[in-house]
Amino acid sequence: MEKFTKLTSRAIPLPTENIDTDQIIPARFLKATDKLGFGDNVFRDWRFHKDGNINQDFALNNPTYSGSILVAGDNFGCGSSREHAAWALVGYGLKVIVSSFFADIFKGNALNNGLLPVQVSEKFLKKLLAHLEENPTSEVTINLEEQTIETEVGTNSFKINTYKKTCMMNGYDDIDFLISNKDKINAFEATL
Amino acid sequence: MGKTLFDKVWDAHVVDTIENGPQILYIDKHLIHEVTSPQAFNELEERGIPIARPNKIVATADHNTPTVDQHLPVKDALSKKQLEQLSENCAKNNIPLYGLGHEKNGIVHVIAPELGITQPGMTMVCGDSHTSTHGAFGTIAFGIGTSQVAQVFASQCLLLQKPKSLRVNVNGKLKKGVLPKDVILYIIAKLGTNSGTGYFCEYAGNVFEEMSMEGRMTVCNMSIEMGARGGMIAPDQTTFDYVQGREEAPKGEEFDKKVAYWKSLPTDEDAVFDQEYSFDAADIEPMITYGTNPGMGIKITENIPTSDDSSFEKSLEYMNFNKGESLIDKPINYVFIGSCTNSRIEDFRVAAAYVKGKQKAGNVNAWLVPGSQKVARQIAEEGLQNIFEEAGFALRQPGCSACLAMNDDKIPEGEYCVSTSNRNFEGRQGQGSRTILASPLVAAATAVAGKIIDITKEIESLELV
Repeated sequence: MEKFTKLTSRAIPLPTENIDTDQIIPARFLKATDKLGFGDNVFRDWRFHKDGNINQDFALNNPTYSGSILVAGDNFGCGSSREHAAWALVGYGLKVIVSSFFADIFKGNALNNGLLPVQVSEKFLKKLLAHLEENPTSEVTINLEEQTIETEVGTNSFKINTYKKTCMMNGYDDIDFLISNKDKINAFEATL
Repeated sequence: MGKTLFDKVWDAHVVDTIENGPQILYIDKHLIHEVTSPQAFNELEERGIPIARPNKIVATADHNTPTVDQHLPVKDALSKKQLEQLSENCAKNNIPLYGLGHEKNGIVHVIAPELGITQPGMTMVCGDSHTSTHGAFGTIAFGIGTSQVAQVFASQCLLLQKPKSLRVNVNGKLKKGVLPKDVILYIIAKLGTNSGTGYFCEYAGNVFEEMSMEGRMTVCNMSIEMGARGGMIAPDQTTFDYVQGREEAPKGEEFDKKVAYWKSLPTDEDAVFDQEYSFDAADIEPMITYGTNPGMGIKITENIPTSDDSSFEKSLEYMNFNKGESLIDKPINYVFIGSCTNSRIEDFRVAAAYVKGKQKAGNVNAWLVPGSQKVARQIAEEGLQNIFEEAGFALRQPGCSACLAMNDDKIPEGEYCVSTSNRNFEGRQGQGSRTILASPLVAAATAVAGKIIDITKEIESLELV
């Protein structure tokens, strides 16, 4: 997993609420047995028309917007547990998702893939979305150490579990940690 | 302060607690399928880590399997490869697999309960968000991502933050024709799709106490649609009777010992929940959805609400519905009865009771997909298959099918499908498809009428099981 400490980038506004993981990566693309190539199909049915032509109106296709931060509407990542959604967003080149609310499973999957979910207040999100639509070149800075998001409409702090923060900052994953606890797990199992 | 059902099961599985961090939770059963496991197997292999407890894993093929001609080779090359990889991974690691064509094959959340794998007081996980289904047994069961599948492979444990507690009470008498699916669609419509996020939900009240295990599974299945990682119902005599005698259930004295423990699991009277909601059963009616998330549900007799919210408008535009309109008399060309929500024997009994002596409408393509080989056998044995065939319905073979349309069971672009599944997201049942969620009774009635009808008008005269 890639380390994450601080990032300054332009941000892409996508105000739609309740974006589910079926939109992030439709089920027909889940037939792969590796983690590669999902980025090509992220938001497939929103990015492309049925005839294969690009939907120029969609935020990710709009040349006005760029950057590795996606700012999305409330309740991002709801629905299916497919980690392919996180692989697709990372594969596309995104490093941070900002929203006022994240679905549980998606949030865990994102953190396990070095994709940082930054949860802000609804009010701040609305202000930020409106500002980005008006000022697409403005930059956003995410500082994981300080747990802050700095924008032209103000700075907000965000929460992250201390353990997960350490993992993100050092590129660790849970498997190493769990295996290092093997003796405790075996001892627990003996009591069952 | 007393403990909740959730607390009791959770606390009994905590291996260790990290200061200011998550807990290490032991997992009793790990269910896997072809779509979310291959990358986890690869990860372990690449890192040279063995599977810790193969005997605590059960595998099935369900998400990406055909529902016709299962005896023939799978046509789609990618699907075939994915299924083959599951077989190879299971063989290599000594994991029992109930693959395509196996007499125990079926949807993961249908077969584990029917084989007696699911038992009260357990912790269960699967790389599928509808793992919440197993909570019907008083089990902590929840969906996980593929990284977590790999963690459980490596250690039989997960690192987790204990969720907050939520209780939804429904008391009173349900109206005739109001099924467990209507109860959960009603709850989600009232509370919204993210009300449960961060919580584990317990369903309590006489409505759930009086439900069959199949009904409880339907309810717990959709907990994730209000954002809750899982839902639970306290184990009781109905639960014990269901589990007893099943293939993998404890037997004899061992079973009695387990029951004594299971009886200690229900929430203590003085336990306090972080959040609690209560509903009156008499308010619930047959439900349908009109939008593109499961919270956008109405009573079948109600009109679509009005709102100027842009996400709401985008959703109605996708569905090609208007604000304030009724869905009664909307022509429907596709009906799907199946999925881990509603593909158990009881669901087919209800549908068969309705269609008996009637005929499927000519415009309707109805896909009836049993949840497992066992359900398919039961449908035949109970004579339901004859009823369906006489009414012009054909049964397909078990699998997830048109719930997520990974296989060929796709609803064509622009078509509506009244579906007993769990998600009405854009394109969920095929690119451009429009899903209307409903109970098996409403789905069966739609298939007969060829349009959505006001089922409440004929409910009194219905002979339901």
